[in-house]
Amino acid sequence: MPDLKQRGIDLYNWFERRLGLGTPAIEAAVHDVPASTSSWWYVFGSAATVILVLQIMTGVLLALVYAPTASDAWNSLQFIDHNVKLGWFLRAMHAWGSDFMVAIVLIHMVQVFLFGAYKYPRELTWIIGVFLLLLTLGMAFTGQVLRFDQDAYWGLGIGASIVSRVPLIGGALVDLMLGGPIIAGPTLSRFFTLHVFVIPGTLLVLVGLHLLMVLRLGINEWPMPGRLVSKKTYVAEYHQLTVKTGIPFVPDAAWKDAIFAAAIMLAVMACAIWFGPSGPSGQPDPTIIETAPKPDFAFLWIYAVLAYLPPNLETPVIFIAPVIAIGVLLLLPLLSGEGEKHWSRRPVAVLMVSVIAITLGIFTRLGMYTPWSPIMNAWTSKPIPIGYLHNRTPLERAGAVVLQNKQCRNCHAIGGTGGLRGPALDGVASRLTEDQIIRQVLQGGGNMPAYGNALNPSETTALVRFLATLTKNNLPRAVDASRHMVLSEEQSTPPPDNH
Amino acid sequence: MTQSEQIPPSDQSPTTEPASNHRSEGHSRRVFLFKLSLLINGAVGVVLGIPIIGYLLGPAIQKGEGDKSWINLGALNTFPVGETRLVNFRNPVTTSWDGQTGDIPCWVRRISDNKFQVFAINCAHLGCPVRWFAQSKLFMCPCHGGAYYADGARASGPPERGLFEYDHKIAEDALLIHVGRMPTLASQSHNTPPPLIQLEVNGTAKLATMEQPKPRCSSCPT
Repeated sequence: MPDLKQRGIDLYNWFERRLGLGTPAIEAAVHDVPASTSSWWYVFGSAATVILVLQIMTGVLLALVYAPTASDAWNSLQFIDHNVKLGWFLRAMHAWGSDFMVAIVLIHMVQVFLFGAYKYPRELTWIIGVFLLLLTLGMAFTGQVLRFDQDAYWGLGIGASIVSRVPLIGGALVDLMLGGPIIAGPTLSRFFTLHVFVIPGTLLVLVGLHLLMVLRLGINEWPMPGRLVSKKTYVAEYHQLTVKTGIPFVPDAAWKDAIFAAAIMLAVMACAIWFGPSGPSGQPDPTIIETAPKPDFAFLWIYAVLAYLPPNLETPVIFIAPVIAIGVLLLLPLLSGEGEKHWSRRPVAVLMVSVIAITLGIFTRLGMYTPWSPIMNAWTSKPIPIGYLHNRTPLERAGAVVLQNKQCRNCHAIGGTGGLRGPALDGVASRLTEDQIIRQVLQGGGNMPAYGNALNPSETTALVRFLATLTKNNLPRAVDASRHMVLSEEQSTPPPDNH
Repeated sequence: MTQSEQIPPSDQSPTTEPASNHRSEGHSRRVFLFKLSLLINGAVGVVLGIPIIGYLLGPAIQKGEGDKSWINLGALNTFPVGETRLVNFRNPVTTSWDGQTGDIPCWVRRISDNKFQVFAINCAHLGCPVRWFAQSKLFMCPCHGGAYYADGARASGPPERGLFEYDHKIAEDALLIHVGRMPTLASQSHNTPPPLIQLEVNGTAKLATMEQPKPRCSSCPT
């Protein structure tokens, strides 16, 4: 046995003599870090790296079977799901790994921001981190395209439509993005190239630089309120801290990273087993138009923002807002590279993180149930609740049929079912007088199309009569105050004799 | 001595080497040759770069109307007057590996005997597929709730304009449309009426060379 051990050491030495990588690697692993950095708050960066490795491994395995052509990609995904042993599990791991990666990169970024780790001398580490975030999102988007289904197809349509709004060169950019005049074979090939070669290659190089700088500059110490960063003294202070409280990164600090990484991997696996792979949804056949395309979770908030922007603001906002946002992120360490690091003394920073997180959360939630979209089949699938037909005249019931047949329910809910695009119609008679309802139906307005051309006079009468019965909470019907006054005046003044 | 007192080794090592003749001798020549090699490699890079950039930008270099052509949508009597119907066609420019993505749907509205409107399927907002609802006479978009009237005019929602329209013409009792690229705000920023002159000038020539209608694809309903 000792002989075997000796042989092992000899073998190692043989390689070490030629490669010389072992010694610097060990030195890097055991280098001293301030004891305060051995914290459960400092595990997200390494977890993101571990998931990156997972994504590369599962990605390579998927690429063994995936057919990156528009005609076969969808079928090859079905093949992986159903015909390749455990293929579904690999697809699920890759998809969930992607969601986890985006989430952990964001958490890492928030932690780094709140701990002031972007300040001197780690500005460039942050700047490269911003690019890593963008590349991670790029991977998520291109990966969604490779799942070449209906969502991917129309997602590309949305992407092309956004790009086409670029002034002057929009058309050329669309052609570049699609690789041809329409979304087709060359489009998928380009996104395959981006997802498999270009973005991962760049990502790996930048991750390498990011890690190199963490080693070179030292991991950010635990911030203390009142301990200010100054370019003159920081390096010496950090060095002092490392000397005084230093512990070897491996194993004294790294065990937390390792345990968290294992937990994350288990979480990805659990999600993969529990929820399975994502999609593919319907085939990428544009002639199947009965579809409501939706982006993946990470982009739902953008989808929601695009629904709420007013038409004349949309193009400027789409192009100016991201430039400002990314610009601010990139300039942040250069503009505020010194001073307080602790979050308790940086109220604006905490406020910004909260506002951004809540905003993204709200838009994502809205994107999950898309209240702005008509429910295309509500008019045939959601009957009017029977209670709304009790004690109604035949004309009013005919109006209920008109309401149903004219697809009003696609946008208007009644009794809690139907679209959310327009206001719910329960209680509409308490809000609008009969005249106002007629005007609204025939002329539209306030985001409602005009139905004057789609309704004949008798349909309009029936519809409005039915709507005028819809009161709720015992509220009285809306009445026109001026009409009331006219009526009361008519009553009080005796009619002229000759009338 | 504590670690903090250690001074990082300075970059300049003592220059005590005596006979450095072999360094200076021919040094300027080697520097010159190195610079020359940089120049040559730069030139090679440029020569190599031009075709690479050309290849990359290939799809964006405008071919004018080159990728558009007239497509036969079918006999006129397949479109009842007063109705709006979904019709699929095979895009004139495809690759053999496009699969179903080469089939494009469009909405054909027949207003009167010889008046048509042909709308692209793509919403003018962000390109999602709009659906026609005959009863309410509206096109509705499933993505962000854009709505259009029967004539394609914007009714409500985020679109900033009406539906995209394809140029069309009637020839030999068939409806032809001029297609080939996905309509976007960049390619159809304004609702320009189809150039009428086109029909007179080269209409007959194009008609003569036009392919006869054939089954568009396996998935397209005839």
